[in-house]
Amino acid sequence: MFLISCPYCGERDQSEFVSGGEAHIARPKQPTELNDDQWAEYLFMRKNIKGIQFERWNHVHGCRKWFNVARDTSNDKIEKIYKMGEQPPKI
Amino acid sequence: MKNKYSIFSLIKNAFSNHENWQRAWRDPEPKKEYDAVIVGGGGHGLATAYYLAKKHNLTNIAVVEKGWIGGGNTGRNTTIIRSNYLWDASAGLYDHALKIWEGLSQELNYNVMFSQRGVMNLAHNLQDVRDLKRRTHANRLNGIDAVWLETDEVKKFCPIINTSQDIRYPVLGGTLQKRAGTARHDAVAWGYARGADEMGVDIIQNCEVKGIKRNGDAVEGLETTKGFIKTKKVGVVAAGHSSVIANMAGLKLPLESKPLQALVSEPVKPIIDTVVMSNAVHAYVSQSDKGELVIGAGTDSYVSYTQKGSFNIVEETLKAILELYPIFSRMKMLRQWGGIVDICPDASPIISKTSIKGLYFNCGWGTGGFKATPGSGDLFAHTIANDEPHKLNAAFNINRFVSGDLVDEHGAAAVAH
Repeated sequence: MFLISCPYCGERDQSEFVSGGEAHIARPKQPTELNDDQWAEYLFMRKNIKGIQFERWNHVHGCRKWFNVARDTSNDKIEKIYKMGEQPPKI
Repeated sequence: MKNKYSIFSLIKNAFSNHENWQRAWRDPEPKKEYDAVIVGGGGHGLATAYYLAKKHNLTNIAVVEKGWIGGGNTGRNTTIIRSNYLWDASAGLYDHALKIWEGLSQELNYNVMFSQRGVMNLAHNLQDVRDLKRRTHANRLNGIDAVWLETDEVKKFCPIINTSQDIRYPVLGGTLQKRAGTARHDAVAWGYARGADEMGVDIIQNCEVKGIKRNGDAVEGLETTKGFIKTKKVGVVAAGHSSVIANMAGLKLPLESKPLQALVSEPVKPIIDTVVMSNAVHAYVSQSDKGELVIGAGTDSYVSYTQKGSFNIVEETLKAILELYPIFSRMKMLRQWGGIVDICPDASPIISKTSIKGLYFNCGWGTGGFKATPGSGDLFAHTIANDEPHKLNAAFNINRFVSGDLVDEHGAAAVAH
């Protein structure tokens, strides 16, 4: 349990948000051209990092907007919050 | 040869104030080389080592454990054992484990306190009723004991449940598996450790794996905090940290690790002599032999390795418990804790070879791995020894995420995720 600073609403309790999992996994432009291994990689395989992980969050009980969070999963400390479409920060 | 535990050894040791009991397992330093090394000294890892030695004559093997044995999820779960899963593959897997549980104390000469007190799953809405009846039929076709109970039969089986139709989520019935129950979780780890140690398996505690050495596509050994260990076969049973180990070998797994919480109350006299689970309101409860209520809560929705979990998850579970069991309204909760569970997209485990020769993974048990401990160890040992899965775990290979042949058990997993 921790606080998240929504880039649109400010600091709120984590229970107002839902996690959308690992960030920066782009949907393939032409899924029909992928083989099964590539599709499985996109759909199921995750880094599941212990340490700094880049992930998507949605302020579902607030503005309902998506944004990115760089969070240390070993202690739940948030390092950086940045908007969708922005490049992940160097940490 | 280890001394046999019995009523006579208990009496004999009483005369010397229980000061002369033999050590249950050695505390060896790692050798330079083993035929196989198991990473993870929890129930599943120790069971794997036990069956590798017992059934496949692989005794020059080791179990390496970062902390102490049974200190991870083996000591953090709510000890529930059942096999009432929907699909044929899961029924085969979990009932294989349940059958081993039924004779485990005798086999290990170690009392794992397996108690077949029954597990009841409650239905709270029309869809629950349909799903649970379907699962009951599927179970019976697979030879697993399961019966459907109407609301009055639920009340008769567990009188403290509030079956009033006026509550927010009334009890509309439930299923009962009578062969299901609980066991003492620490004893399972200790029993398997003692048995494996007796056959020559080295159990190496406080030994963290730092890297996996590869020669091309084959495993060569493990870098650990106690030095390099050469081996051609590595079986990883690291639960919540499976992805961390996989990343060392350059593999990605379809897992997400999340905190799962449980809590126990102050001890009271016997009040609930079965296990009652409810998916819809997310509450499950049983009573330990010490008298504590053992309550399972849900997972957090985000990836975390913190072994804590959020307060709001506990709050929601206790609200549901209080509505179903008003008698517990003044109970005090004594302890709360979290464990990290590795969850697969289809809520089924992976017991499988990998693309790297000699590297095997047993992971993805998510929120319900304890019940499968003996079966998981047996089948993983078979997979490692023969470099081929047993027919009971063939469906649980890692390639199912490529072929699409998933084993979707979200309905039968007790914790919604």
